[in-house]
Amino acid sequence: MSTGLLLVQTLNGLQLGVLLFLIAAGLTLVFGVMDFINLAHGVQYMLGAYLAVMFYGLTGSFIAALVLALAAALAFGLLLEFAVFRHLYGRDHLDQVIATFGIILFLNEGVKFVWGPAPLTLPIPEFLSGSVVLMPGLLYPVWRIVVIASGLVVAAGLYVLVNRTRVGMLVRAGAANAAMVSALGVDIRRLFMIVFGFGTMLAGFAGVMIAPILSVEPGMGDTILILAFVVIVIGGIGSIRGAFLAALLIGLVDTLGRSFAVDVLRLVMAPSPARTVGPAIASMLIYLLMALVLYLRPTGLFPVGGR
Amino acid sequence: MPTRPPFALPLLRLRGALAGEAAPIALFVAFALVPFGAALGAEAYILDLAMRVMIFAIAALGLDLIVGYGALVSFGHAAFLGLGAYAVGILSAHGIGEALFALPVALVAATLFAVATGALCLRTQGVYFIMITLAFGQMAFFTASSLAPYGGDDGLTIRARDTVAGLPLLASDRTLYCVVLACLLGCYVVCRALVVSRFGRVFRGARENPVRVAALGFDVYRFQLVAYAISGALGGLAGFLLANETEFVSPAYMSWQRSGELIIMVLLGGLGRLHGAIIGAIAFILIEEWLSGLTEHWKMIFGPFLVAVVLFARGGLIGAWTALVARLRP
Amino acid sequence: MLRLEGLRKSFGALTVTDDVTLNIAADELHAVIGPNGAGKTTLINQACGLIAPDAGRILFDGRDVTALPMHARAALGLARSFQITSILPSFSALENVALAAQARAGSSFRFFGRADAESAVNARAAAALAEVGLAPRADIPAAHLSHGEKRALELAVALAMEPKLLLLDEPMAGAGREESERLVALLRRLKGRFPMVLVEHDMTAVFALADRISVLIYGRILASGPPDQVRADPAVVAAYLGDEME
Repeated sequence: MSTGLLLVQTLNGLQLGVLLFLIAAGLTLVFGVMDFINLAHGVQYMLGAYLAVMFYGLTGSFIAALVLALAAALAFGLLLEFAVFRHLYGRDHLDQVIATFGIILFLNEGVKFVWGPAPLTLPIPEFLSGSVVLMPGLLYPVWRIVVIASGLVVAAGLYVLVNRTRVGMLVRAGAANAAMVSALGVDIRRLFMIVFGFGTMLAGFAGVMIAPILSVEPGMGDTILILAFVVIVIGGIGSIRGAFLAALLIGLVDTLGRSFAVDVLRLVMAPSPARTVGPAIASMLIYLLMALVLYLRPTGLFPVGGR
Repeated sequence: MPTRPPFALPLLRLRGALAGEAAPIALFVAFALVPFGAALGAEAYILDLAMRVMIFAIAALGLDLIVGYGALVSFGHAAFLGLGAYAVGILSAHGIGEALFALPVALVAATLFAVATGALCLRTQGVYFIMITLAFGQMAFFTASSLAPYGGDDGLTIRARDTVAGLPLLASDRTLYCVVLACLLGCYVVCRALVVSRFGRVFRGARENPVRVAALGFDVYRFQLVAYAISGALGGLAGFLLANETEFVSPAYMSWQRSGELIIMVLLGGLGRLHGAIIGAIAFILIEEWLSGLTEHWKMIFGPFLVAVVLFARGGLIGAWTALVARLRP
Repeated sequence: MLRLEGLRKSFGALTVTDDVTLNIAADELHAVIGPNGAGKTTLINQACGLIAPDAGRILFDGRDVTALPMHARAALGLARSFQITSILPSFSALENVALAAQARAGSSFRFFGRADAESAVNARAAAALAEVGLAPRADIPAAHLSHGEKRALELAVALAMEPKLLLLDEPMAGAGREESERLVALLRRLKGRFPMVLVEHDMTAVFALADRISVLIYGRILASGPPDQVRADPAVVAAYLGDEME
């Protein structure tokens, strides 16, 4: 267990955390304000990646691909909201789970239909494709740092937006008590659309940023969706601050856990069982964490409002 | 008034108990007739399909108990199926292929897991409950995936179906079919009795107004935990049967997608009806078989179909049927 | 029968229950009155166990029940009716009451045998319904009952629990004049069977029924005693009754 490896994996953990935050932020707002469980948020993320690949193929420019992909993702998200989700507000969570599950099935198969089942790649822009020297002999890809940085910038922007603007205040109020906000004369439909559209863009943005690192394939949104739900449950539903802290926590725990589980276990057991049990425990770590948090705080770390 | 013959009273009671059970009776009769119909065509395929339907129906019944009657939406129900199946698989890998041993182990494993996880899950509510059941389902999934000696990700093939008291009774598809059908019938009868029992009444009341039920003196948590354990046991039974039917176990039996499919089955048939779970299992598996035969991209049809069911067919297929009948009646 | 000792409850910076001590005897109907926001419902919630006090003790029938959850206190005989009607909407009126009677008739961890076919439980439920005048509506789903009928059903449910003490949280809330008079008559018939704590705004009802009255203002008991004494207490008149009686 070298310091170099520890540093690299910590950065990787931060990167995963930032990614999770981008996805969880939209998820927690949509849930907090509209009481809507959106399982299809993961495919929003996947769609962002696919659209970026497609637009890059058409324009040859990463920036253009990013902008176009975000716009297209937003448009698609709003279309989904208009056609399907809007009719599900106020319905049972169970109904929302099933309907959005149906959307996942449709879109996962849909991207396979349009782009084929093979994984696609998106190249990193030239000037950001190098590596940076962290320590003598230790290189770290510039792009991953860009991802971390952009995520933190978005987080800061979101903080300002939610805490310092009027719209943000309405969103926070809506997360605490949507009925009250509506009764005060605010066009709740418009607020919902804004919240939803924003969340969609965040997820799409995460998809575009991660596309150069991971492979873009059908179903890539599913695992990250589950992680994002764990994040918002631990953070407290409706709380952006909670989502940020929980996302970083989960990103670090998951990444460091997977890297060092076997080594840590080797301290207390023989190498062979450690190598079998290690990966299993590593995969379960965040779920154990969530179970622990829910046991101590059944509504998450920073619960908002009367939900 | 003419005196009634001595056997009249029990018969009347039976008729009373069966009143309103026309649909379930029709279902079981249909299931009983399948082997005869199957013998006329692709027997192995039809029996396999029908058995899969019945096995998932058993799991769906257990889920309907807690979701339909208790409003406890569990997104980790597939874990119980997996536990039951792996009980069979692991024992078989160690040379123990006896149903009279494997079945109790499967049931006990599933029930213990239900009690242990339920004790924690039931302290939460709403979406937190959904998430924490999902978490435990995932934990089971990852544990199974990492069991390298038992196949890990690839799963484990079972050498042969379990024997019953040493006799290879389950080896024939036809006998296994009868066993599965008997299990389904038994589970259905048990669930029906449960729902109208004292226990069921408290449990159903807790769905509508848990504070009120607690104010009457009932420890709602305990009732919910027992219901959760029963639902887990039913899942374990289904898993035992599934492992024997397919002669294969894999972590995929416990994936969250599988848990989602079970919820869909219950919703599709109609929540809180019990035979809705059976109808939902039939509909889901048959639609899946039919659509996947039409095109490899069948999920692009099935996905929107689910959305349509949620938006337009509240109460699932049973609800739609009742609405249709009411519309047609003048 | 019921003794609240030094109860204290705060929500954040707001002290809702401020060192409340109250003694309910085994044969009285004790009314708790006070302006809105005085903390009456919070007091009832602490007494029945729905929320936990920050400090103080609750003794019921000689036992310290402060640490007991609500269902355990209910099982000991501490019953409560809710201000916002809290019945089971899809159950029939009879079934609502039968569930309460079932709680008193042995273990409910019985998995076989139809609950709705138990004659003893049904008889007790029917009797309770008859007492509140709902016998003809026994088989109607509770959701379809009128508001007044639902209030009566709440009382029937409480009766079927065979309580040792009944906490009534604003039973007249939202009731018209006729309904209130009927409820008052009903409560008067029930007086003496078991002690009751009546939280109410309706002063006519309070003075018609109460053996003793306690006045709760800003979470504190301002006065406590027989109705005439409380009615004449200048502090009470100034703080509360003066406005009410106008």
